[in-house]
Amino acid sequence: MKIHEYQAKEILRKYGVVTPRGIPCFSVDEAVKAAAELGGSIWVVKAQIHAGGRGKGGGVKLARSADEVRKLASEILGMQLVTHQTGPLGQKVRRLLIEEGADIRKEYYVAALTDRASQKVAMMASSEGGMDIEEVAHNTPEKIVKVFVDPAAGLTDAQATELAKGIGVPDASIAKAVDTFKRLYTCYMETDASLAEINPLILEGNGNIKALDAKFNFDANALYRHPEIVAYRDLDEEDPAEIEASKFDLAYISLDGNIGCLVNGAGLAMATMDTIKLFGAEPANFLDVGGGATTEKVTEAFKIMLKNSAVKGILVNIFGGIMRCDTIANGVVTAAREVQLKVPLVVRMKGTNEDLGKKILVESGLPIISADTMAEAAQKIVAAVQ
Amino acid sequence: MSILINKDTKVITQGITGKTGQFHTEKCVEYANGKNCFVAGVNPKKAGETFLDIPIFGTVKEASAQTGATVSVIYVPPAGAAGAIWEAVEADLDLVICVTEGIPVRDMLEVRNKMKAKEAAGGKKTLLLGPNCPGLITPEEIKIGIMPGHIHRKGRIGVVSRSGTLTYEAVAQLTEIGLGQSSAVGIGGDPINGLKHIDVMQAFNDDPDTDAVIMIGEIGGPDEAEAALWCKANMKKPVVGFIAGVTAPAGKRMGHAGALISGGADTAEAKLAVMEECGFKVTRNPSEMGRLLKSIL
Repeated sequence: MKIHEYQAKEILRKYGVVTPRGIPCFSVDEAVKAAAELGGSIWVVKAQIHAGGRGKGGGVKLARSADEVRKLASEILGMQLVTHQTGPLGQKVRRLLIEEGADIRKEYYVAALTDRASQKVAMMASSEGGMDIEEVAHNTPEKIVKVFVDPAAGLTDAQATELAKGIGVPDASIAKAVDTFKRLYTCYMETDASLAEINPLILEGNGNIKALDAKFNFDANALYRHPEIVAYRDLDEEDPAEIEASKFDLAYISLDGNIGCLVNGAGLAMATMDTIKLFGAEPANFLDVGGGATTEKVTEAFKIMLKNSAVKGILVNIFGGIMRCDTIANGVVTAAREVQLKVPLVVRMKGTNEDLGKKILVESGLPIISADTMAEAAQKIVAAVQ
Repeated sequence: MSILINKDTKVITQGITGKTGQFHTEKCVEYANGKNCFVAGVNPKKAGETFLDIPIFGTVKEASAQTGATVSVIYVPPAGAAGAIWEAVEADLDLVICVTEGIPVRDMLEVRNKMKAKEAAGGKKTLLLGPNCPGLITPEEIKIGIMPGHIHRKGRIGVVSRSGTLTYEAVAQLTEIGLGQSSAVGIGGDPINGLKHIDVMQAFNDDPDTDAVIMIGEIGGPDEAEAALWCKANMKKPVVGFIAGVTAPAGKRMGHAGALISGGADTAEAKLAVMEECGFKVTRNPSEMGRLLKSIL
């Protein structure tokens, strides 16, 4: 689960990481009021959306007067902000963060994430703050310093110092950087984050270390023990089809193609999408109905897929293991009738009671196209939509 | 022969009294020699009771001591599953198979590091399969997990995959063209897990009754590439490879928590390229895994 920058900073502050003072706003008037409340003579007006690259996209601007805050806030609020992470349509800006200015002497990068290979927490830092870290990793990998943390020991002083020195923090500020890294690590673990990134982390003229921007992702499996984080969820930032699907315990992801797919199992679902591409078309979605493909779930899955007007055909691929094919066939027939399916439907069923399942499909009188293999199913649906 | 388990394996079921545990224990007991294999259940609140004539003990340690079981399978719900794994490790079992899906990553990180610390201190090494996996099967001998038993046939092909249904897909293709399986192993779709592709490939390489292997992977993480590199130097048997997720967009979790492209090296195309370079016969058509394997025997 993703959250906004201002929420990430609220969490960081709770763990004692220093951030600029700032106030989240939902309207232009609130933004002007926030600037007055913060005081000073320079403010940053920051668009709050769940995507990176906001600065480059024109969603982060500096204001030097209350009038300028008003002008920038009214420009940014409501704009479709396009970044390299939003897609060409961009994301509508509904929230702003008004922040005090900062005296930036130097920008660094620091992040905590789980490293699959070592099965430890990787703390990663770089002298190249404010940049896209993937670019740094690609062009100048020597500028990234990493330490791997055993959760039983936690981030040690020695490791944190290695990071701080490795990215060139001046001696006078090493202790402050070490403190920040340790707080970030604790925060990462205690909130069950899957990514906690501060970029940039800045050195100020007075030697202080501050988190100027922050990004968190959280482990969906652990949200049950963090109601305070679930409360940060912003449904405006999520795909409505994905939200709808999650209500029925369906794993759904919107894609750009025109063939809807309904599959049981994540691996088989990806393989089915790949097969559609192999035969010259593109999938409209990833959809895993999971182990219990009940009539209700299949019906809801059909409804969600068909809300996407790009969908010109549907491919159902089910491996009936514990779940029997006849049960699934009944579900598919009921769902197709209930949604009054108008687009071609190809069904491939394999496994337990396969023949009985196929018989149910044939006897339904619905124009369902049957297939024996994934490849055959993909070829048939691709042909049907062309 | 087979890898990891056979008809003489004695198994403890942790979470035997829950809905999932009951359902799958019944199927496992019915399969081949299951009745003699599934010898104990664990539930601290129901010690002394039985399920399908299987005695239930209060702890894994006690269950192991009383029955001689050396393997356990876990159906415990996510919040308690990492604790259940650790209990089995502390009881010095040989192998723990965790079927449970949805365990917090931090819990898995902690238990994996505790397991490694125990080994480093000279304690017994317990292998972990999973979590979020279908389990493993040695056809016509024993099935431990949630896979449909009837699609398998005894034979000489090994299958290893992260995904459950994609494993079944490969197994069914093999069975249909008359090729049985030595063992089929689902290592699970989570980012922090126990046995990896490389470990299972090593076991298949060492197994005199495995002639060839189908290795199936997914987007996300370095595991398939590592296994392929190991195979290039060591594997004596032909391998067919497939990676799911060519069409998956970066930064989106494709169902499995571990199926998430996070950099350039863990895309399907990148992994397929490494596998090909390491001598695997790779296919981009998952319907062809069985036939491709037959063609290289």
